[in-house]
Amino acid sequence: MDIKILFFGIAKDIVNKNSIEIEVNDTFNSVELKSLLKEKYPKFDAINDFSLAVNEAYIEGVYALKNNDVVAIIPPVSGG
Amino acid sequence: MKKNISIKITSDKLNLQTCNDFVHDDACGGIALFVGTVRNSTKNKAVKRLGFSAYEPMAIKEMYKIAEQALEKFAIHKIAIHHAVGNLKIGEIPVIITTSSPHRGAAFDACQYAIDTLKETVPIWKKEYFEDGEVWVNSHP
Repeated sequence: MDIKILFFGIAKDIVNKNSIEIEVNDTFNSVELKSLLKEKYPKFDAINDFSLAVNEAYIEGVYALKNNDVVAIIPPVSGG
Repeated sequence: MKKNISIKITSDKLNLQTCNDFVHDDACGGIALFVGTVRNSTKNKAVKRLGFSAYEPMAIKEMYKIAEQALEKFAIHKIAIHHAVGNLKIGEIPVIITTSSPHRGAAFDACQYAIDTLKETVPIWKKEYFEDGEVWVNSHP
């Protein structure tokens, strides 16, 4: 299946892209996605842990991703 | 959007009068306003400017959620939460929150609740620009 990943804040600077699309196996979950990103971009280990949002809503724990999900990498927010 | 909630993210200058007028209500005895302003230093280091970016569609949803919770938790009639994105200079306004209530306590409490929660949940990020570099706020251990 295909998923789209959006990067914001410091994550965008680390990856140097606004978004990427990746093909993964059908049982792929949010924890595997985090590991994959940290493996591909080791700089993620040097910053505060990021949250994930799927289709514009925060998710927690192990979340089973679906085809065409849009996953956002949310570093600690700092609005206001 | 509910008639008693105003949510906005904009690259234009925020307008305090607009936020005040939105929550004005003849049944209310007071309006509380919170205006966030860009401070000229952080940890004793001079800040030149701030850059705000947002995951806009989700930020709008989270701000709306905060407004609905504030209406539920406190006896307020109306609430406006407006946030700016883009580059802001010292003294400029990244956020305005206004609330109105029949008696003042609820308006103050709701306003505080809204800004505190916004800073924890709304996907907006601020970058501080110094003479000698730039830093994403809250991103480093």
